[in-house]
Amino acid sequence: MEEAKGEEVTLFGFWSSPFVHRVIWALNIKKIKYKYVEEDLSNKSALLLEHNPVYKKVPVLVYNGIAIAESLIILEFIEETWKENSIMPQDPYEKAVARFWATAAGDGLWQFFITEGKEREEALTSVINNFELLEKELIGKNFFGGDRIGYLDISVGWISYGVPIFEEITEFKIITEQKFPLLHAWMEAFSNSEFVKDTLPLREKLSERYRKVWEAIMQKKN
Amino acid sequence: MAGSQNPEVKLLGAWASPYVARARIALHLKEVQYEFLEEKFGAKSELLLKSNPVHKKIPVLIHDGKPVCESMIIVQYIDDVWVSSGPALMPTDLYERAMHRFWTIYIDDKFIPSLFGMMTSPTEEAKAEAKEQTMTSLQLLEEAFGKISKGKPFFGGDTIGYLDIALGSFLGWMKAFEEMNSPKLLDKTKTPLLCAWAENFCNNEAAAAVLPETAKLVEFATVTQTRFKYAPPAK
Repeated sequence: MEEAKGEEVTLFGFWSSPFVHRVIWALNIKKIKYKYVEEDLSNKSALLLEHNPVYKKVPVLVYNGIAIAESLIILEFIEETWKENSIMPQDPYEKAVARFWATAAGDGLWQFFITEGKEREEALTSVINNFELLEKELIGKNFFGGDRIGYLDISVGWISYGVPIFEEITEFKIITEQKFPLLHAWMEAFSNSEFVKDTLPLREKLSERYRKVWEAIMQKKN
Repeated sequence: MAGSQNPEVKLLGAWASPYVARARIALHLKEVQYEFLEEKFGAKSELLLKSNPVHKKIPVLIHDGKPVCESMIIVQYIDDVWVSSGPALMPTDLYERAMHRFWTIYIDDKFIPSLFGMMTSPTEEAKAEAKEQTMTSLQLLEEAFGKISKGKPFFGGDTIGYLDIALGSFLGWMKAFEEMNSPKLLDKTKTPLLCAWAENFCNNEAAAAVLPETAKLVEFATVTQTRFKYAPPAK
């Protein structure tokens, strides 16, 4: 990592948060040196509450004393502050498409995970429709960003571990090689990328965390 | 301006939609000629379903045949494309840009749902809760305005910017709700800065040309009362 030239970058995070992972990936790609502070979400630090009084959530990026919250906003801030190793497309239309999918790609996935019966079927239809469109975005490309990982890859990157975990827990496969060959290949390429590979907690640990959350939600319903 | 035949830029929308107003205000500020294609309330056109298959919602900007969806993404797109026309909508300072984006997300995720929830929630309890959240949001936005505007008339400074558009597009409905006996939303004793800002915003030429008359919105709300259920925002 480059020395941050006397600039101080701190990331407040939580080990399993996909929103925090987005910021870690962006910082890695931009080769930005930073200090990481793990928060105990059941006992949030005074600093976190000071830096993000509105939502009191992670991630928060603090740069030279100013605090930026909301992962996608942090990504745009990182892109604009550190000019090298660009992650945003240059073309305004491609930017608009990337920004759209950054939030839309996940639509329905959580509902799919935590619902049953008819509700789940509806969520699944929505998820499949979105994935079919996302599949088209990958035609002729290794990543959504083209040859290299970009803003959209980072924004939806959590799908690369999140969907397999959801599939495992719900015992229902969504992204198969047959149905979504490009998305399937993208998930592997993204996970194996040098910027992502060593950043995630052990798969088992993540899986266990999601399972606990899922069981708690399912119990409340029944 | 709206109505002139320009095949290059089309906007799918509806006169009463504050999300559509965001796109239209941006187009006006940037002096972009566009064709306004009005969607009928309650029935979605083929073009809309084709252009926004994911959410099937307005506004959709179609530029050179390519669709851009989500109101604030459209506003950013307009700012990026028509960069040499009209004022810049996003500030140049990187932290200020993050602030405009942050409060826009806040407006969409917290303020707008509570604003409409105050009027359309099914129970009195839910309405009261929504009202509280609305008032809290307005206080936070008042503080934010103080910090971001630095004594100037708009969040964007001397000219209307991204965050002004995000919030200002809802002033029509806020006034309509006050006519429909909602609690006072912009109160000079509680949110003096926002009151002054609202007046400046509504007096701006682009906003004045786009924001519907309060009376028309009240009529619209009354007529569509049974169908006027709050739905998750298109953002």
